[in-house]
Amino acid sequence: MNKTLKGWKDIPIAGVCWKPATQYLTGDWKTFKPIHDAEKCTKCLLCPMICPDSAIKWNQTNEEIEFDYDFCKGCGICANECPADAIKMVREGGE
Amino acid sequence: MTTTSWKPTAKEIVEKAELFTSGHRACAGCGPAIALRQVMKATRGPTIVTNATGCMEVVSTIYPYTAWKVPWIHTAFENVAANASGIEAALKAMKRKGRLAHENIDVIAFAGDGGTFDIGIQALSGAVERGHDFLYVLYDNEAYMNTGIQRSGSTPHGASTTTSPAGRVIPGKLQYKKPIADIMVAHEIPYVATASIAYWQDLLVKARRGLETEGPAFMHIFTPCPRGWRYDTSKTIEIARLGVETCIFPLWETIDGEYNLSPQSKIFALKPERKKKISGYLKMQRRFKHLFRPKFKHVIDEIQHRVDERWNRLLKRCNMTQSD
Amino acid sequence: MAVAQQKTLAMNGDEAVALAVKQSDVDVVAAYPITPQTIIVERLSEYVANGEVETEFVCTESEHSALTACLAASATGARTFTASASAGLALMHEILYVTSGCRAPVVMAIANRALSAPINIHCDHSDSMVERDSCWIQIYAENSQETYDSMIQSFRIAEHLQVLLPVMVCLDAFVLSHTLENVQILADETVRKFVGVRQFPLVMGHEGKEVPFKLDPNNPITMGPLDLHDYYFEHKRQQEEAMKIAPRIIKEIHEEFSRISGRKYGNGLIEAYRLEDADIATVCVGSTAGTTKTVVDHLRTKGTKAGLLRLRTFRPLPLTEIMGALENVKALAIMDRSNSFGGSGGPIYHEIRHSMYDAPTHPHIVNYIYGLGGRDMPPTTILNIYKDLQEILQTKKVKRDVQFAGVRQ
Repeated sequence: MNKTLKGWKDIPIAGVCWKPATQYLTGDWKTFKPIHDAEKCTKCLLCPMICPDSAIKWNQTNEEIEFDYDFCKGCGICANECPADAIKMVREGGE
Repeated sequence: MTTTSWKPTAKEIVEKAELFTSGHRACAGCGPAIALRQVMKATRGPTIVTNATGCMEVVSTIYPYTAWKVPWIHTAFENVAANASGIEAALKAMKRKGRLAHENIDVIAFAGDGGTFDIGIQALSGAVERGHDFLYVLYDNEAYMNTGIQRSGSTPHGASTTTSPAGRVIPGKLQYKKPIADIMVAHEIPYVATASIAYWQDLLVKARRGLETEGPAFMHIFTPCPRGWRYDTSKTIEIARLGVETCIFPLWETIDGEYNLSPQSKIFALKPERKKKISGYLKMQRRFKHLFRPKFKHVIDEIQHRVDERWNRLLKRCNMTQSD
Repeated sequence: MAVAQQKTLAMNGDEAVALAVKQSDVDVVAAYPITPQTIIVERLSEYVANGEVETEFVCTESEHSALTACLAASATGARTFTASASAGLALMHEILYVTSGCRAPVVMAIANRALSAPINIHCDHSDSMVERDSCWIQIYAENSQETYDSMIQSFRIAEHLQVLLPVMVCLDAFVLSHTLENVQILADETVRKFVGVRQFPLVMGHEGKEVPFKLDPNNPITMGPLDLHDYYFEHKRQQEEAMKIAPRIIKEIHEEFSRISGRKYGNGLIEAYRLEDADIATVCVGSTAGTTKTVVDHLRTKGTKAGLLRLRTFRPLPLTEIMGALENVKALAIMDRSNSFGGSGGPIYHEIRHSMYDAPTHPHIVNYIYGLGGRDMPPTTILNIYKDLQEILQTKKVKRDVQFAGVRQ
């Protein structure tokens, strides 16, 4: 029996969830990762709208697109759709 | 009903908090996950979400984790519209009795095509007939993906699934897709819309309209699935866009029963030469791979024929005709 | 607390249910009509149409949606009620488990009716007995008065913070649902005060704080997630714990109610009728107990030491109470108004027999399946059962352990 898991007296009733999914990192699923070219980027903001994993953030302070590799699963939609060709996919552990 | 004047800018939307967060376990390149994110970006205030059993329910709430920042409940597969009915009834009663802290709480029901076209259609039909005030969002990935790609009433003609496999004799699914959005229009509900994740602004505006609608609103969102449609994960948006460009999934809405073609589809009514052939769309997806064998090539023509037929019928409903 | 003022009204069991719902400040009723429960939803519809209640009435397109809507409304914070029977309850089957699993304190009245096929609208307990494993508290009423009283108590039991389980109040089809009886009615304000306003326990949510257990935009929680082999079992264990606590709560609420109504049904879990010195006894649930009491009285005038044990709750099953009540009985007949086909007798028989295993002395136990599809259970048939018990008492032998009472050969 797994002793690290909580017992029935220590969890909320009815299966109410007690951890946000943001504590569950999905970033290690990827084999390819997106690399952002700030030079080419026109900041059209399409990529954060179409990322299935909310892994592309708009940094309001420095007004830049940022990738959250903790959650990016490497699907490549952003690179495929970028109208400015500012995102390319490279193999994990590569560039 | 009134139509929203809300025209969200990309900046406004990316700066808005994520109510459906990272850390969900949808497959890489998941179309439905994009749809949920986009719909949740269109919310206007306090919202309760209910989900039918299906991919999005499973991937977003693997105990003890949840990807939801709003109150959320799942009960079963065939009954999400009844969930919404109960939530809405409770809010009404509690408000009447002065036991509700909010002036208004919106209710959104999410379900896949299995939960909508097939097992859930009774509860859906009943809920909208009763006129509950909620937005029903169908994320359509055209098969039972959660259980391993079995055919549904939404699976298109010719697609190979695990229960409509392309064999030596039978070329995938024999039947055509059920026109679910038209069925919902026939219920004479105030708002019905089709939307595509490839056109986020159109989708968000429609979702907001659905939320603002007093009474039941229904949204049918086209959400390609890389796993079930068998294409590279990077192509989800490209295929979603191609669905609109080929007119196999045109974008429209009905407000109080009046059909209006959305601009993304209207272009193909005005300039029919821009409408793309269905074969290119089929070619991109390996669920249709067998149709390119000589023996089954006629199926592609059949599909094209049915797409054109449905498109022309839609144009008539929108008081437009294609001039080809 | 003094017994509150009451008035007597002639009404059938269904009307008694509807009145109790009306008085109990219910927020949402979602239901679908089915004989013999229909009068309940009809009366409730009238209360709504006449503006006599603030309840939201949702007339769903199926029982499946009716219970779903109650469950979701309950999760949103509402007090909810539905009613069903037979095929309707069977259609709800899936959602019965979801309701208890979501710990939604829905209250439901069941007008116990036979299951098809062949289709039959009359009384037996097949419909609710098959749901005994669904983690719903089951209360079986003997008459319309008890139906009314049990309904009011049920909202308190279901919503009790240590219980939080749905409750079904079972009343026999037609025998109770459609038969006029004098029923003592409490004043609206007395009932309203007794049931109170629904409270919510605090649960640890996903934002690192304890929040009320309901769907509230100010404190979002996630209910009904995908729960795998790592935690599902623990959640089921929690449900069993709630069922273990329930008997004490049911007794307390029954006792509290008796103080305002002046009415008691045994200890709230079981009713022992002339059992203290009984040599022979029967065990049953529902309206048959009323007829049986008459038979027991008759036998007592003849000097026969006969008794009756009526189970008011079948879930939770009050094992200790049952064993205590039956400890001196030497021959026992268990009456089941449903059958477990291919098993060894009916469900009540299985469980009583099981509970007697640990008793210091074992009575002879026989099972009678009776009254299926509304087959009448007249005093003469019950008298014959007691005669059989007398024979067993004398011969110390059981000829057949499972028999069918009232079926033609």
